Amino acid sequence: MKEIMITINGKVCTAPEGSTILEAARINNIEIPTLCFLKEINEIGACRMCVVEVKGMKNLITACVYPIREGMEITTNSKKVFKSRKINLELILSTHERKCLSCIRSGNCELQMLCKEFSVDDEDYYNGENLQYDFDDTSVHMYRNDNKCILCKRCVAACSVWQDIGVVGPNDRGFKTHIGSAYEKSLGEVACISCGQCIVVCPTGAIAEKDQTKEVWAALDDPTKHVIVQTAPSTRVTLGEAFNIPIGTNVEGKMVAALRRIGFDKVFDTNVAADFTIMEEANEFIERVQNNGPLPMFTSCSPGWIKYCESYHPELIPNLSSCKSPQQMFGALAKTWYAEKMGIHPKDIFVVGVMPCTAKKFEVTREDEAAAGYSDCDVALTTREVARMIEKAGIRFNDLPDEQFDNPFGEATGAGYIFGATGGVMEAALRTASETLAGHPIDSIDFKEVRGMEGIKEASYEINGTKVKVAAVSGIANAKKIIEKIQSGEEFYHFVEVMGCPGGCINGGGQPVQPASVRNFVDLKTKRAAALYEADKNRGLRKSNDSPIVKLVYKEFLGKPGSEKAHSVLHTSFTKRSEF
Amino acid sequence: MSVKEKVFDFIETESQHQEFEECLNNLQGVQGGQMPALQEAQRIYGYLPVEVLERISKKLDVPLEKLYSTATFYSQFTFVPKGKYTISVCMGTACYVKGAGDILDSYATSLKIKPGETTPDRKFTLESVRCIGACGLAPVITVNEEVYGRLTKKKGDKVLVTYLNQE
Repeated sequence: MKEIMITINGKVCTAPEGSTILEAARINNIEIPTLCFLKEINEIGACRMCVVEVKGMKNLITACVYPIREGMEITTNSKKVFKSRKINLELILSTHERKCLSCIRSGNCELQMLCKEFSVDDEDYYNGENLQYDFDDTSVHMYRNDNKCILCKRCVAACSVWQDIGVVGPNDRGFKTHIGSAYEKSLGEVACISCGQCIVVCPTGAIAEKDQTKEVWAALDDPTKHVIVQTAPSTRVTLGEAFNIPIGTNVEGKMVAALRRIGFDKVFDTNVAADFTIMEEANEFIERVQNNGPLPMFTSCSPGWIKYCESYHPELIPNLSSCKSPQQMFGALAKTWYAEKMGIHPKDIFVVGVMPCTAKKFEVTREDEAAAGYSDCDVALTTREVARMIEKAGIRFNDLPDEQFDNPFGEATGAGYIFGATGGVMEAALRTASETLAGHPIDSIDFKEVRGMEGIKEASYEINGTKVKVAAVSGIANAKKIIEKIQSGEEFYHFVEVMGCPGGCINGGGQPVQPASVRNFVDLKTKRAAALYEADKNRGLRKSNDSPIVKLVYKEFLGKPGSEKAHSVLHTSFTKRSEF
Repeated sequence: MSVKEKVFDFIETESQHQEFEECLNNLQGVQGGQMPALQEAQRIYGYLPVEVLERISKKLDVPLEKLYSTATFYSQFTFVPKGKYTISVCMGTACYVKGAGDILDSYATSLKIKPGETTPDRKFTLESVRCIGACGLAPVITVNEEVYGRLTKKKGDKVLVTYLNQE
């Protein structure tokens, strides 16, 4: 792209033609504050925090949406700019519930950070009439407190653009405008899929996951409970962000060490359960191909996607793989095979998941997920909650040594690792399916066409003489597109992987929150995913069917993949839900 | 204006159903079809019941919340069905200074509803309106098409009683 000359704060510099003032300034190492701006999905110029002066223009300009032009003279740090931003902030703050001390976002609240920068105090200069909204804690996975909402509409954009669902939006007008659902229904009453994408983009504490750390501390405090924790594939490459470790760093060893120091009786790896998922899912796929369907088979590990399918496309329920997700498979095996092995009654085993996902909180409450007669998994914590537990426990995370997971669920194959990124489940399943069909070990196990961060990826493979067409999609808006293609008969696939969040679990709704100033300029998804593929590459074993623990449990307990026993422990069922 | 609770059951006649289905069929696939759909719904049903908005949402593939958001933004839409008798109290300047406020308050107390609401039996809707151009009769109210002028609070209450006694 053509570079053009502009002047920022008296300094001549260049930026690509077509950039906004915000982007051009950033390229030249000048940050302009924003609140409402989210690249590509919420470019609305509404909060007016990003105002700058442009020579020749009477009014201040919103840098986030205004394109640069040759010779433009921009000032980002004049008295006029600072004054305007400060008044804006004071006005935003005047209707914001200023209960900041123990707010879940205190310390990484974008509003708070700006107030600090612009010396805006909690003063009553603009105090006036204020509307009080009810605290909505009706859904399983999150709360909404409109009193802390600043109406940036980033959550609305995430829900309607990334996810094409739109269960939240601005209701009423003027001073009464608030974010809510149709007919003022609560979050627990609407067909929200619990993905949490709204939460990771919220600049304040207006929406957040429901904190369940108390339940976990209570279990840890209970001497009758055998409390075990499992960590999802992607959490090890994101948890570090909560401790200022660079994005895309694999902190598996420190994570294990921290969880052990918190007091969990065993620290296990969900990746191992992912290997079981692949055994069952690959087997189910082969069966469906050999027995004429129903095809395409859709993956079932993403609970947000499952809830979407149940609410908006119940006609596709027969196409969903009946496999439980790795989190639930882990819980099921822990409370059956492992309980028996250890001689502990399943009611005394408390299974905690460390998940990148808010929908996992919903998944824990699903029916038909209790292999031993007790809920497979007891609590699903998000990566953020675990980071808070580590902080509360006073653990100096960055200084911890690297430690290993406990056995028997400690040694996963590379296939388990890549579950955390879009295309990973597909690749892992293809590795095992092709080897199973070939009947002998195969060498080419990299299915690179389904890797990467594009929203829709398609590929065709020849597996043991059969041509198989697959697709890996992430983000519900993309899932919707592929469903339309399939239902209109435009495309046929044998196997479709769907992840509810754009990019897969590495960008899940339970991951550490990155402020818009990072989100808008750093490719979070690619950096986080790269760490998972690196881990896969370095594993000795990279196919789920090679895992020693998988072999052992099938030999001792489950029989063959797809057996009656495997079905009763590792599979589940789905139900139609209301669309509204 | 937004709604908190659903008070009224949805009732529709066969002809309303058919007329609205036809409207929706014409608007399907039309860009910007949601606004006319909302307007037609309001024209046919007199208000925007959730059942009707769900139909629009499905047919036009627009999220329910998006429709609700639009409808709460524009004051032309209402979520409250009209009663058999709509009492409109003029709150224009002339009527207001001559005591229309007291009349409105009295009606609100008697009917146990606020302006803009409908009684649960759907008999009365109470509205406060701007100048209706009959300042010579101030304070003035209308009940459906009927005009009542030069009222006092007492005379106003009498008007209400006659309607309370009617079917």
